[in-house]
Amino acid sequence: MAHDRSRRRRDLGRPAPWNDARLRSLGLQAAVFILLLALAAYLAGNAAANLSRQGIATGFDFLGREASFAIATTLIRYSPADSYARALLVGLLNTLLVSALGIALATLLGLAVGLARLSRNWLLSRLALVYVELLRNTPLLLQIFLWWDLLRLAAPPPRTAWRPLPGVFVSVRGVYFPVPVYQPLYLWMGVALAGGVAAATGLRVWVRRARAGRPPLPAWIGFALVPLPPLAVFLAGGAPHLLDVPHVTRFDFSGGQSITPEFAALLAALVAYTAAFIGEIVRGGILAVSRGQSEAAAALGLTRGQALRLVVLPQAIRVIVPPLTSEYLNLAKNSSLAIAVGFPELFAVTDTIANQTGQSIETMTLVASAYLAISLTISLLMNLYNRSAALVER
Amino acid sequence: MGSGVQDRPMIELRHVYKWFGAQAVLSDVSLAVARGGRVVVCGPSGAGKSTMIRCINRLEDHQQGEIFVDGMELTADVKQIEAIRREVGMVFQQFNLFPHLTVLENLTLAPIRVRRMSRREAEDLAMLHLERVRIPEQAGKYPAQLSGGQQQRVAIARALCMKPQVMLFDEPTSALDPEMIKEVLDVMLELAQSGMTMICVTHEMGFAREMADMLVFMDRGEVIETAPPDLFFTAPRNERTRLFLGQILRR
Amino acid sequence: MSVGLTRALRWTRANLFNTPLNGTLTVVIAFLLLRFLSPMIDWAVLRASLSARDDRACAAVGGACWAFIRDWFRFLIFGRYPYAQQWRPAIVLVIFVALLLASFSRRLPARRLAPAWLGGLGAVALLMRGGVLGMPYVETGLWNGLPLTLILAAGGLGASFPLALLLALGRRSSLPALRVICTCYIEAARGIPFIAWLFLMLVLLPLFLPPGLVIAKLWRAEIAFALFIAAYLAEVVRGGLQAIPRGQYEAADALGLGYAQKTLRVILPQALALTIPAQVNTFIGAFKDTALISIIGLFDVLQDTNTALNDPAWRMAYVEGYLFTGVIYFAFCYSMSLYSRGLERHLGQGRR
Ligand SMILES: Nc1ncnc2c1ncn2[C@@H]1O[C@H](COP(=O)(O)OP(=O)(O)OP(=O)(O)O)[C@@H](O)[C@H]1O
Ligand SMILES: [Mg+2]
Repeated sequence: MAHDRSRRRRDLGRPAPWNDARLRSLGLQAAVFILLLALAAYLAGNAAANLSRQGIATGFDFLGREASFAIATTLIRYSPADSYARALLVGLLNTLLVSALGIALATLLGLAVGLARLSRNWLLSRLALVYVELLRNTPLLLQIFLWWDLLRLAAPPPRTAWRPLPGVFVSVRGVYFPVPVYQPLYLWMGVALAGGVAAATGLRVWVRRARAGRPPLPAWIGFALVPLPPLAVFLAGGAPHLLDVPHVTRFDFSGGQSITPEFAALLAALVAYTAAFIGEIVRGGILAVSRGQSEAAAALGLTRGQALRLVVLPQAIRVIVPPLTSEYLNLAKNSSLAIAVGFPELFAVTDTIANQTGQSIETMTLVASAYLAISLTISLLMNLYNRSAALVER
Repeated sequence: MGSGVQDRPMIELRHVYKWFGAQAVLSDVSLAVARGGRVVVCGPSGAGKSTMIRCINRLEDHQQGEIFVDGMELTADVKQIEAIRREVGMVFQQFNLFPHLTVLENLTLAPIRVRRMSRREAEDLAMLHLERVRIPEQAGKYPAQLSGGQQQRVAIARALCMKPQVMLFDEPTSALDPEMIKEVLDVMLELAQSGMTMICVTHEMGFAREMADMLVFMDRGEVIETAPPDLFFTAPRNERTRLFLGQILRR
Repeated sequence: MSVGLTRALRWTRANLFNTPLNGTLTVVIAFLLLRFLSPMIDWAVLRASLSARDDRACAAVGGACWAFIRDWFRFLIFGRYPYAQQWRPAIVLVIFVALLLASFSRRLPARRLAPAWLGGLGAVALLMRGGVLGMPYVETGLWNGLPLTLILAAGGLGASFPLALLLALGRRSSLPALRVICTCYIEAARGIPFIAWLFLMLVLLPLFLPPGLVIAKLWRAEIAFALFIAAYLAEVVRGGLQAIPRGQYEAADALGLGYAQKTLRVILPQALALTIPAQVNTFIGAFKDTALISIIGLFDVLQDTNTALNDPAWRMAYVEGYLFTGVIYFAFCYSMSLYSRGLERHLGQGRR
């Protein structure tokens, strides 16, 4: 009897399809999907109509055609007779160059700014604060314009070039600086460096596996493995070195390496701007851990230096890395502002191609995908790092 | 048989199973609570007490077996779930008051939005229940400005404002300081005397003896023993119950 | 008097000369500051010229060419808006500053804020456009300068807000399809530089519209801007959503609130209040980003400056020009960041 009743109830309880939670969620998702598809179809239809009406060619065939424009800064061999695809590659390499240089320099400057902000010297910390606030609260583009005008309008001709450092010249023609002359030995030093990195990594893995539970080896052993082999090769090879230093001729420079005023302006602006943000990140990271932790370290009898090195910094790094990575990403993306000064990185090159071919959709899609690929790569690496850091924590 | 509304259990679990991954958190749990019944559930940590009562208002879903509330079965039916949640009030260990709303707004939110009461009506009701839990003067304050005991009493009043047929309590006093426990337990005792159907997870054994008409002991996802209080405390049948009681009463 | 002096001395010793290293540092910095500040003051104030005819006259004196600002002031602020009608954008500026002050001082309760901004923006559009109340019609191409910057920023942020909420909720939804779509959109927008996004949208938008429908460049830029900012704002809101304890969701469920009620009445109010500082920081970034529309040929304050500097008579006054514009941006951004920091401190105290 009771059993009977329950079966009846269950039948009553079977939901109508539109009330079933699972079906509902499926239906909702399907609806959203169909809506998006319909929207996409509608937009695509419009686009097709517009394109055929305006007689614009579509497709990526243009990539193989001759670019027929010159590019001032190239890392690889390039001439106007090369294809659009190669021009794009030149642009991409320039983007990577600016980003890499910018990231390295901005990190150094940012670290200095952050530490200066924390300095117990009032004058220094105030100065750093003013720097941070001024640069953070004005648009980067404005700063780029200012740097560019300074470099092309205020900078002197080569003969009276500014010399901020020995061997470095700043003039309207750009920035000239010394570079080491290539020696065959450098190749072997490179090999030795790779070997050192591999050895250090191997040691780290081995230490984790074999010495688990026992006190870890001091960190400097690992770090020393990296620079020592190339240094040894260098010394064993007789320490050959030659600097190619630029010098002034009548109207120009010869020797050394140079970067164009556009490149210099872009790089300077990116570095100065990003360093302000990095400085705040560094400061925040150190402040986030220092209070209770350095007190605890002091209570254990560590000195101030030991506390900073052994307790505060390792933890601060963990706080600093995620926002730092997103700052790096910002710098890479901001390098596209080069278009305002005409430095031929990826976006500026793309824009030129779009103007020449009229195929803005394809070119802009290409460039967007390229940046997306760079961003996703960096995020992926950051996520990997985060995961490993989280593992260490446990 | 005259199967009127009265003799049908208010809450009934039949052979309910639930797994988190491979771990069975509820296995073959059956339980019937009559209208006006007052059940206290106890058992060691991780026994599945919270999971069981959270299944009753579908904060968790069970994977096998049947759960009936007031004759309605809990299925994936959204309307049914809504109806059951209207009938079942719940009080949490951590109070879970809405910190951005005043006490009064906490109490009137659901009656206005779910029961479609007018604001006047809802506020009158809210004040009635605030008086019932003896803190009408706190109506305008925010939860953060109240003591833990007061917050838990507001949480009870908030659940009562939905005029539920059943109240579920999940360790309502274990986040409280000792001196506040009594004020909450007193409110719950009064509620029990008023004829409310209640299921309460608690380790307050004195309170359980006074309030419950049935005790349920759970361990490792199973209901080990079900008995009225005098039998449960004086002559537990199961070895594990005896062990548990020994530990908890010695404290 | 002497108490003050002692205190000043003690402060100096504690903050400037507390260690030998710090003492040296102080001396070096002070020396460098004097070395650079005095020529700068010389340039900016003592030798500055307010009446010169062109940049060569200033260069002869060796001081700042504030005369350039004086000469081009109206253009720098209002651009090519019809000269006789510039009282209209002037009122627009007053409206914006009033709205900002009202929002920051929290005179307006949060509930009134949205309607106030909506009404304000409506009035702004009406004033700029004209064509009613005897005000001549002015096309959007002539809406220039600071009003344009503010319209872009405020309009873009306003329009992005609802979209950001939907994206954030979608990304945290229990429905996998919704989650995937929202995540893809957010990551795509955040992975692409704004200038590339702007170009892409400017070419794509007209293409995707039904043939014959034309949208002014200003509005296309506004749409692109809103779509872009929404992704960043969505991440901020998502951070707030993640910070809401699970108990809040459960309590709302247990009370029988449906998804919409639970989200609107319980979860979102808390998540939004929690993230106001982060939202303001996003606003600051967005405000600075409006400068990029100068690259696509819209005349915001920065483009006005570039244009004015093309005047051969003032070509060398670029430092003065960019300083002036920089001060305008700084005023807005810095006041917003002060507000956000104040709020953060306030929130921090509330939680303790
Ligand atoms: N969301 C979840 N995911 C995985 N396992 C869970 C989850 N929630 C609970 N569990 C597991 O289910 C078991 C029962 O948990 P439950 O919270 O019901 O126990 P309890 O009896 O209420 O314990 P306590 O007295 O500590 O509150 C525990 O082993 C717990 O680890
Ligand atoms: Mg529990």
